[in-house]
Amino acid sequence: MTDEDTQRPSPESLLERAQADARGKLKIYLGAAPGVGKTYEMLSDARKKIDEGVDIVAGVVETHGRAETLAMCAGLTVLPKRAMTHQGKTLHEMDLDALLQRRPAVALVDELAHANVDGSRHPKRWMDVEELLAAGIDVWTTLNIQHVESLNDIVARITRVRVRETVPDALIERADEIELIDLTPDELIARLREGKVYAPDQAQRALRHYFAPGNLSALRELAMRRAADRIDEQVRGHRRARGETAPWATRERILVCIDDRPESAEVVRHAKRIADRARAPWIAAHVQTARESRLSESERTRIADTLRLAARLGAETATLPGDRVADTLLAFAREQNVTQIVVGKAKRPAVFATVYGSVVRDLIDRAETIAIIVVPEAEAARRRHLGNLATWPVLTPLSVAEGVLLAGIATVAAYPLDAVVGVTNLTLVYLAAVLVSALTRGLWAGLFTGLAAALAYNWFYTDPRYTFTVAAPENVLTIIAFSGAAVVVSALAARARHQTLSARAEARTSRELLGLAHGLASVASEEEVAHTLATFTARAFDAECAVFARVGVNDLRLAGAAPGSASLSDADIAAARWTMEKGKPAGRGADTLPGARWFFVPLRTARLFAGVLSISRDTPLSPTERRRLDAMADQGASALERAHIARAYEEGRVEVEGERLRSTMLAALSHDLKTPIAGILGAASSLRTYGDKHDAPTRAELLAGIETEAARMQRYIVKLLDMIRIDSGRLTPKIDALEVADVVSTVLKRATPLAEGVRLRSEVAPGLPMLNADGALLEQALFNLVENGLIHGGPGGEVVVRASWAAGEIRFEVIDDGPGLPAGGESRVFEKFYRAGAATASGTGLGLPIVKGFATLMGATVTAQNRQDRSGAIFTLAFPDSAAA
Amino acid sequence: MPNSHLKALVIDDEKAIRRFLRSTLIAEDFEVFEADTAAGGLAEARRNEPDLVVVDLGLPDAEGDTIIAELSTIRAPAIIVLSALDDEARKVRALDLGADDFVTKPFGVAEFMARVRAALRHRLQMQGGVATYDDGRLSVDLVRRVVRVNGADPRLTPREHDLLRELVRHAGKVLTHRHLLKALWPDDSSGDVQALRVHVRHLRQKIEDNPDAPTCILTEPGVGYRFLGP
Repeated sequence: MTDEDTQRPSPESLLERAQADARGKLKIYLGAAPGVGKTYEMLSDARKKIDEGVDIVAGVVETHGRAETLAMCAGLTVLPKRAMTHQGKTLHEMDLDALLQRRPAVALVDELAHANVDGSRHPKRWMDVEELLAAGIDVWTTLNIQHVESLNDIVARITRVRVRETVPDALIERADEIELIDLTPDELIARLREGKVYAPDQAQRALRHYFAPGNLSALRELAMRRAADRIDEQVRGHRRARGETAPWATRERILVCIDDRPESAEVVRHAKRIADRARAPWIAAHVQTARESRLSESERTRIADTLRLAARLGAETATLPGDRVADTLLAFAREQNVTQIVVGKAKRPAVFATVYGSVVRDLIDRAETIAIIVVPEAEAARRRHLGNLATWPVLTPLSVAEGVLLAGIATVAAYPLDAVVGVTNLTLVYLAAVLVSALTRGLWAGLFTGLAAALAYNWFYTDPRYTFTVAAPENVLTIIAFSGAAVVVSALAARARHQTLSARAEARTSRELLGLAHGLASVASEEEVAHTLATFTARAFDAECAVFARVGVNDLRLAGAAPGSASLSDADIAAARWTMEKGKPAGRGADTLPGARWFFVPLRTARLFAGVLSISRDTPLSPTERRRLDAMADQGASALERAHIARAYEEGRVEVEGERLRSTMLAALSHDLKTPIAGILGAASSLRTYGDKHDAPTRAELLAGIETEAARMQRYIVKLLDMIRIDSGRLTPKIDALEVADVVSTVLKRATPLAEGVRLRSEVAPGLPMLNADGALLEQALFNLVENGLIHGGPGGEVVVRASWAAGEIRFEVIDDGPGLPAGGESRVFEKFYRAGAATASGTGLGLPIVKGFATLMGATVTAQNRQDRSGAIFTLAFPDSAAA
Repeated sequence: MPNSHLKALVIDDEKAIRRFLRSTLIAEDFEVFEADTAAGGLAEARRNEPDLVVVDLGLPDAEGDTIIAELSTIRAPAIIVLSALDDEARKVRALDLGADDFVTKPFGVAEFMARVRAALRHRLQMQGGVATYDDGRLSVDLVRRVVRVNGADPRLTPREHDLLRELVRHAGKVLTHRHLLKALWPDDSSGDVQALRVHVRHLRQKIEDNPDAPTCILTEPGVGYRFLGP
């Protein structure tokens, strides 16, 4: 023998694991907002466990007077709270010492983030929980996402409410299990309206502020992400060796400043690299000053593009209104606890900075504790864009005609006034026409009205009339002044008109986006998100629209289309795929595949590529419309991502659940197979070693023990094989006409050796028809039911097998007089490896699932219920009338 | 060894196991008591003050190891742990808490009785404060700190000497790695099992006839070492 057993885990690591086992396990019920049902879920889980015999005590449960939650508390031990006197007031806190002394297997501690009254042992409840865990007590607790420390800022920004009670991330990361309690915003709001969360007056206030749908869906997304991250962790944890250090957390926070110059994109990328190196969160901000209104269309598009680029790279983005760029940035940076600001350095003549001031210089002067990083910009990237100071609308023949027409109308209107007022005053009529023209028809129309008006005035009203000759010098002055006034009025009015129009367009965009946000908040699946996005986009652009969702790593499928949209050809789908692969727009109006009928926009977020949005319309999209489309695509992308995460989370949970079932099964298998073997081997070796020393009755007893244990193992192996046959789906019942009384008596004969002091009796109603069923399956199913009754009935009791024909079915009932089923056990007893009660180690947890499997195969149903006349359970196996032969 | 008056308590929820352990122990002249729960086992132990307790680690009402510490306070019986789960961590914990040895189910009675005898001997030795060990080939005087192998001085280093003393003092009992590390390096909690293995190998080379097939210091894989008495 050597001791080179190095590939085995060392006893020290085993000991360490044993100590980790000694520490209690933490389970967190995580929710997006109050009222989603965390406490309720925790209590209902606790009840299930209590029914299984687990010792659970509640240290504190906050029911908030919610009726459903209160009802769940019934039957649960809730420790009385401890009264504390603080500044003359009596307040109640969880009694930590009582809980530690009581030492339940699981302690329920509601509201992890609660702050204790001054004078308590710990200032925060999560510290109480730590103490419970250290004492080896498992803790179940509830937590809202807004209380997670690292998310505090984000949540405050979403809800405009800063939460002071936070729980450190480390505790949450150490949790052994996190269960996400998810409720869609609409359901939650409905619950709120029904008064299930708060009292009515409080509820109204909450609905206006915290529980606004936008807030709720953002919070929900946060909660889902957190839970999804957690699933990732668990999956990785399976592979990762224990004891590896957690990723290094950082306190850095980086802000990058964006302006309208093309170099901004480069600065953003630079900031991203800095943030990556520091593993720091980062924010991209653009300051909107008064200068904003003078920017050209392309410059505004560029700002939006740069912000989107930053978002894709993982930044949060913000648009800050303000007068001075440096001051606004610094104020924002302080509010956000930013440690570094990244700005680009434009190459301008020094005199430029002297005249206009320099943002970089201002920042450096006033930054105080914040580091300023100035990124030099590459020469090649710099191009001054001249000639876009004003935006000239397009000159169309229509605007010329409209302008001239208005001048004509003014001429006619001036005619009756000619006799009343002085001829000079008639210019006012013309000026009014110019104003109307510019306001309603734009700059060109206004200018043409002015020109036509000057000519018409000259022709019709200045002496000598009906010539373009002007006699009086003051009239020359009038015409010149009028022309000048007309140009100025036209320009001003046109600008006012432009602003009105863009304000109206902005309002429309906001309305559309808000509508889309509402629409997306109320749906959950990818299909619904895709359909909603397509429908809203189609309506907003009066176009056809379809949305593709990503499948797997690199494929697309059509997930939803707006009603009435034409189907897409193979070429269109190829274009959509190109968009997905390159992450760039394609199709009509884009650089790639401009000849296509559709225009494709990628739907992407910082984390993943979610899909492609395609839109088709007769007229191409204007730059403004492109911006609107991008905004809608951004919203759609994050909704798709949310749906994607939700699905991944669900799949991950199923996987973890399956893992748990497998390990339960392995433990059960190894116990159930080894125990009879231990009995057999022990008895056999005792007989061999002490054969002569044992007296005859002892020998007989040991031999009988060997037989009993071998038979027990045989029954167990039969069950295992049955279960495997059911699970494989290859079991086809062989249906024969059976005599019910025969089947029952065979089962009783087989079960008699197991009875051990339990009476076994059958009641078969006379005149039963023959039954069409599989003889072997029916016999095994009934046998399992009887065996179950014998295990739970206990010695001195009675198990009755009753067969009857009533209410259109042939029914077998197996009735015992044991303790009966625990609450909620009616369906759970048919789950694999479920064992009711603590005293039933002899059950395998397979018998009843097999009954259910066999019954289903034969078209029968099996149900469990408690006896009404006394304690005990009734299992009913019912065949429909059609099975009567 | 006169067993006529020795009392044994068997705590296991499996009837079949109790049955053959009872008949085996009776055949070995023990007076046998039984219990099928941890609580019942403790009650029986208080009532009868057994010399030997055989306890299953997977009892329905409590983890078997939780009662080991309490059992030791009653009359310090020899404790053999039965483990059906092959759960090494719990086994190690039970040994650290005071159990003498373990048997993994399924097992034969010969192996079981060998461990029972070793455990009882260890208990007698602890009670009697045995100061010397001598099996004809190897002799250890715990008081005078003299070791002889076939009459010659094996020239042990102080560390090897300490290791051998600790093993001999607890002859028959399984000593976990942690126990031995603590005995050898009381001030160092880092616990390097590899270093312990090296010392054991050197010690075996000096006192065993064939260090590759040791007969004195046996390895309990994954758990620790045991000094096998005569």
